[in-house]
Amino acid sequence: MSNEERTIVVPGETLVSGNDYLPGDGAYRDGKDVVAQRFGIKNISEKLVRVVPVSGTYRPRKGNTIIGVVVDITFNGWLIDFGGAQNAFLSISEVPRYINKGELRDFLDFGDAVVVKVWDVKSRSVEVSMKMRGFGKLEGGMIIKVNPNKVPRIIGKEGSMVKLLKNSLGCSITVGQNGYVWIYGKSLEDEIKTKKVIEFIVDNATSIGLTEAVEKYIHELGESDFEIIEENTDK
Amino acid sequence: MSLYKERFDGRAFDEVRPIRAEVGIIPSADGSAVFETGGTRAIAVVRGPRTLHPQHMQNPQKGILRVSYGMMPFSVWDRIRPGPSRRSEEISKVTEWALSSVVDLSEFPNTVVDVFIQIPQADAGTRVAGINAAAMALADAGIPMREMISAIAVGKVDKTLIVDVNKMEEDFSEGEGSTDIPMAFTSRRKNIALLQLDGKISTDELKKAIEMGKVACEKVLEAQVEALKKSKSKGIENE
Repeated sequence: MSNEERTIVVPGETLVSGNDYLPGDGAYRDGKDVVAQRFGIKNISEKLVRVVPVSGTYRPRKGNTIIGVVVDITFNGWLIDFGGAQNAFLSISEVPRYINKGELRDFLDFGDAVVVKVWDVKSRSVEVSMKMRGFGKLEGGMIIKVNPNKVPRIIGKEGSMVKLLKNSLGCSITVGQNGYVWIYGKSLEDEIKTKKVIEFIVDNATSIGLTEAVEKYIHELGESDFEIIEENTDK
Repeated sequence: MSLYKERFDGRAFDEVRPIRAEVGIIPSADGSAVFETGGTRAIAVVRGPRTLHPQHMQNPQKGILRVSYGMMPFSVWDRIRPGPSRRSEEISKVTEWALSSVVDLSEFPNTVVDVFIQIPQADAGTRVAGINAAAMALADAGIPMREMISAIAVGKVDKTLIVDVNKMEEDFSEGEGSTDIPMAFTSRRKNIALLQLDGKISTDELKKAIEMGKVACEKVLEAQVEALKKSKSKGIENE
């Protein structure tokens, strides 16, 4: 994060003038000027001028953790709907165990929810993998959808917010960068409570002192019995 | 001498009606905006980019834009029959063409970006209000756009050229009657993205009308930009 003041720009606005600059993501060159192509925050690092989006649909980036649902099965993999412009492809070779062709449904069936890592983003395909620790099929619990632009607030600085939620509500939480959140707890009541808190965070994402407000809100909802369940990392 | 010497609502001939613009009014949409001038109000909602169905409409080179415009039944004094009409289909199409000149969907092949425009309250100039709202909603949805787009209706009432026509002026029937010229300009290069004409006007007067519209669009653009920036100025220093 740069120390530079954050300015919001609209499409067509001149970001910077001069031939030394290079237009990056969300910017284009028009004569002498580098112009915003997207609504967002202006970001100039060295000679590269970019616009960081602040709203809109989720755009997958390499390395993101996302949650999605299997919507189609091909002969060599699965298609996963994660709420983006196109579906992601999970190849048969990117799952942790060997799968015979034609037996894909035994491992992941239509409608199964998965947490996967974005492996590659090309102009017309998104490839995902679940080979690493912490990724795999999601069983039980519930998935809620939130605005993907608010995800950083749910996670908090270095995961502080998620940690707070896990410790005080006793639910396991997996946040996908695409705005899908998986909540898994001992009982439905715990999960609903966690869901309420996450919705509270999203609704108040812009307020200052969010952590304190969340703590207070959790207290209002009633104390949980502080039992931390085992995390789902065996896959 | 023109029969229309003073405007019904006391505005100057080149004065636009009071504007209210707001972005992000519908939380469940990817982008949304409301644009109001006087008694005309337009709500625009953007959804997408998302996979386009039916599949035969998909374009593997770039995403497509699909606009749907509609007036609500209670938006005018006589009830409007809901559902598509000749007029609403026309406006959907010209709005789509106007917006297509600025949006760039080459990053999203085989997808569609849907723009829904609804008019809950009409006092002339609904298509231009719709375009203004749609431009803001598209920006709010994070759709790549080369520039913004703003629109205004210029009119000729008898022999007088006026900016931002209201319903009473549009219905003026004395002398030469009323001519309505909705137009849209892109924010950066000032290209004409929409120009329609309903009535009669001489070439010289039309040129004058376009110049008036161009000046008035600056006001519209100002309101659009302000609304967009306001919607995201809260709390960013905190992230």
